[in-house]
Amino acid sequence: MSKTYELIDHVYDAIVIGAGGAGLRAAMGIAESGLKTACISKVFPTRSHTVAAQGGIAASLGNMGPDKWQWHMYDTVKGSDWLGDQDAIEYMVRQAPDAVYELEHFGVPFSRTEEGKIYQRPFGGMTTEFGEGDPAQRTCAAADRTGHAMLHSLYQQSLKYDTDFYVEFFAIDLIMVDGECRGVICLDMNTGKLHRFRSHMTVLATGGYNRTYFSATSAHTCTGDGGGMVQRAGLPLQDLEFVQFHPTGVYGAGVLITEGARGEGGYLVNSEGERFMERYAPSAKDLASRDVVSRAMSLEIREGRGVGEHKDHIFLHLDHLSPEMLAERLPGISESARIFSGVDVTKAPIPVVPTAHYNMGGIPCNYHGEVLNPSDDDPDRIVPGLMAVGEAACVSVHGANRLGSNSLIDLVVFGRAAAHRAAEVVKPMTAHAPLPDDHADLALGRLEKYRMADGSTTTAEIRDKMQRMMQSHCAVFRQQDTLDKGVDGIDEIYAMLADVKTSDRSLIWNSDLIETMELENLLMHAVTTMHSAANRHESRGAHAREDYADRNDGEWMKHTIARLTDGKVDITYRPVHDYTLTDEIDYIKPKARVY
Amino acid sequence: MAEFRLPKNSTVKKGKYFKADDGATNVRKYNIYRWNEEDGENPRIDTYEVDMDKCGPMVLDGLIKIKNEIDPTLTFRRSCREGVCGSCAMNIAGTNTLACTKDNDEIKGDINIYPLPHMEVVKDLVTDLTHFYAQYSSIKPWMQTVSPTPSGAERLQSPEDRAKLDGLYECVLCASCSTSCPSYWWNSEKYLGPAVLLQAYRWLIDSRDEATGERLDDLEDPFRLYRCHTIMNCTNTCPKGLNPAKAIAEIKKMMVERQG
Repeated sequence: MSKTYELIDHVYDAIVIGAGGAGLRAAMGIAESGLKTACISKVFPTRSHTVAAQGGIAASLGNMGPDKWQWHMYDTVKGSDWLGDQDAIEYMVRQAPDAVYELEHFGVPFSRTEEGKIYQRPFGGMTTEFGEGDPAQRTCAAADRTGHAMLHSLYQQSLKYDTDFYVEFFAIDLIMVDGECRGVICLDMNTGKLHRFRSHMTVLATGGYNRTYFSATSAHTCTGDGGGMVQRAGLPLQDLEFVQFHPTGVYGAGVLITEGARGEGGYLVNSEGERFMERYAPSAKDLASRDVVSRAMSLEIREGRGVGEHKDHIFLHLDHLSPEMLAERLPGISESARIFSGVDVTKAPIPVVPTAHYNMGGIPCNYHGEVLNPSDDDPDRIVPGLMAVGEAACVSVHGANRLGSNSLIDLVVFGRAAAHRAAEVVKPMTAHAPLPDDHADLALGRLEKYRMADGSTTTAEIRDKMQRMMQSHCAVFRQQDTLDKGVDGIDEIYAMLADVKTSDRSLIWNSDLIETMELENLLMHAVTTMHSAANRHESRGAHAREDYADRNDGEWMKHTIARLTDGKVDITYRPVHDYTLTDEIDYIKPKARVY
Repeated sequence: MAEFRLPKNSTVKKGKYFKADDGATNVRKYNIYRWNEEDGENPRIDTYEVDMDKCGPMVLDGLIKIKNEIDPTLTFRRSCREGVCGSCAMNIAGTNTLACTKDNDEIKGDINIYPLPHMEVVKDLVTDLTHFYAQYSSIKPWMQTVSPTPSGAERLQSPEDRAKLDGLYECVLCASCSTSCPSYWWNSEKYLGPAVLLQAYRWLIDSRDEATGERLDDLEDPFRLYRCHTIMNCTNTCPKGLNPAKAIAEIKKMMVERQG
């Protein structure tokens, strides 16, 4: 097989696949430690989906009022509906302030307080006094373009370091030898040439997979490429049933309106003009955590109180806020609302609907970023040579539901942690062992198969079927009969991939081929997600079951571990870490989750 | 002797015509530049009839519909589809802009789409931006300081100083402005172009940055900065509503001012 395609060789100490917030922070840190580092990305770094993050990055700086990491930890644990691993959560919230200061030192143009400090706004689920006090102002913001500001600053910084960038290189498959990752095979989209990267450490920073859904805030490029490669390497994914629906995607277009809009005083109303969140979350109201708000909106719509011609969405009001404040703090979403729904936010409400937004689940790993392959006797067994960070990973700090602005902090904290670990594990310039003859067969076989595919259904047709199946059978509310039908349906659609039809036979910038390889990555996630959702008989965080309305800690306080092999999903479990990182804070015990 | 005609292999030919389904009543034509190095053919303009009743509002929606339902070989960049990633910059109806935020209804007649002007084409609407990115990194677009970095705290910046970055930091590096600039078309090897100069000014004006002198030294050159002839295409075309021409003018003012 390797004889039909020529492979161009590269040798590195470490490689990072993906150049969003997590990938860039990891690559920068690894390069700084003196390891020879490459960063491979299918898009130019500033095109990565981190760029679309709006509202901010959470850290207990206390610039706007009292705050401490213990409160941030409590909120994150509660937000996760107790599925988050508390050692990892403690690590994240304690590192968070330094990570934000580091970003500021990199040049991120944060909004400022009158004293010149970083401006922080309220966000959903962020409180003080362990949930008993006022809402916390913890979310550090650069207007409503925080992700853009942060991603550009990280890319700018990375130009200072000695990282080799391979831009518009698509990672096809990992090179796995005896359970160890030894690098990756990539396609250079601009030349159509194939490249073999050998590396002692491969960091997957490939982002989420929300393009499995018909309506998603995520970019077209969020196709779960890391999780796809991991599954084809015979490794499992964790907690995929937990998919976050953001309460405020623009109706129709699906583009994001930040939770910061509600943080700055915006509120939701139904067709009766009622601020219905007061009924569902008497204390936090519109700033309850995302799963709670999305469920409330779905219930209002279902009970006939949606707005618009089809009564199928909700209004988000900002028109009571001052135009000056909107221009200063929320300029980006004001522009999005104008372009995508024709609304002037100073005069009219924005039509919004819960929209697929974030994957809490992903590649299981520990808080150092090392990928795990749990076995019967070791739930935390490490896969040598492989790491995962960012949305692609499941550390798990977000558990069953992520709090808004905890994603950006996850990226930089664990990007940095992975860099530290890589520097400990890998010695610079260590020789690479020879590779067996068949190491590239998986990658090259898939490339050839899809490039020449002449079946009966196009890539776009299969993708559309998958997206509609996920949207109708695995969305905000779920129940067994629908999920069972979804399992049969998605298995059938997955099988259609064997008979896919592509049209572009070229190699240079063959986006028909790339989209087909991405589709396989998406489908592998869709299948695992649907099976995992059908399997979890309880409601927890974003996984809301109508037939099992309550959380069931006795039976289900555990991570789902799902392995996809030849179209069959095998589900086992991994214990949730019921301990913290240090004795400076006790394990936060589960209790009822009320906002 | 100068040649004013395109070489034979660059002449753009008439391409294929894809008719809409018979039932379609609201049809518009997308005329799209196509070129694929691997087939050895000349560039061509393919025409696609698109049923607008079954198409989203933006030009990118039309392109995706064509790729999904009519011709999967059509090649273009896209990602965020909301105007923040800068991937889908192209020349639409004679203007460089982002396909994802350009409404079909703003265009009269056929929808003509070409790659960004004066750039090497990789395939169809995908251009080679390597040199553009290299120019970006040449201005050292990162914070440079000599005073010690505060430990466990941010550098302070007043809201007024922070406001000076508005209209600059929002750039998405789509290259629409630079590739609309005749001066850049002529001298892009040496002239940095409006996008990169806008970023240069973003760092010059940041109250936290302490390398203003060196940054100005690096720009003090007949080409890098002074090839801007205030043609203003950059500002007219910017899909984010930014004003690179003004930023360039501000840099020129700083050059004069520092001479005392």
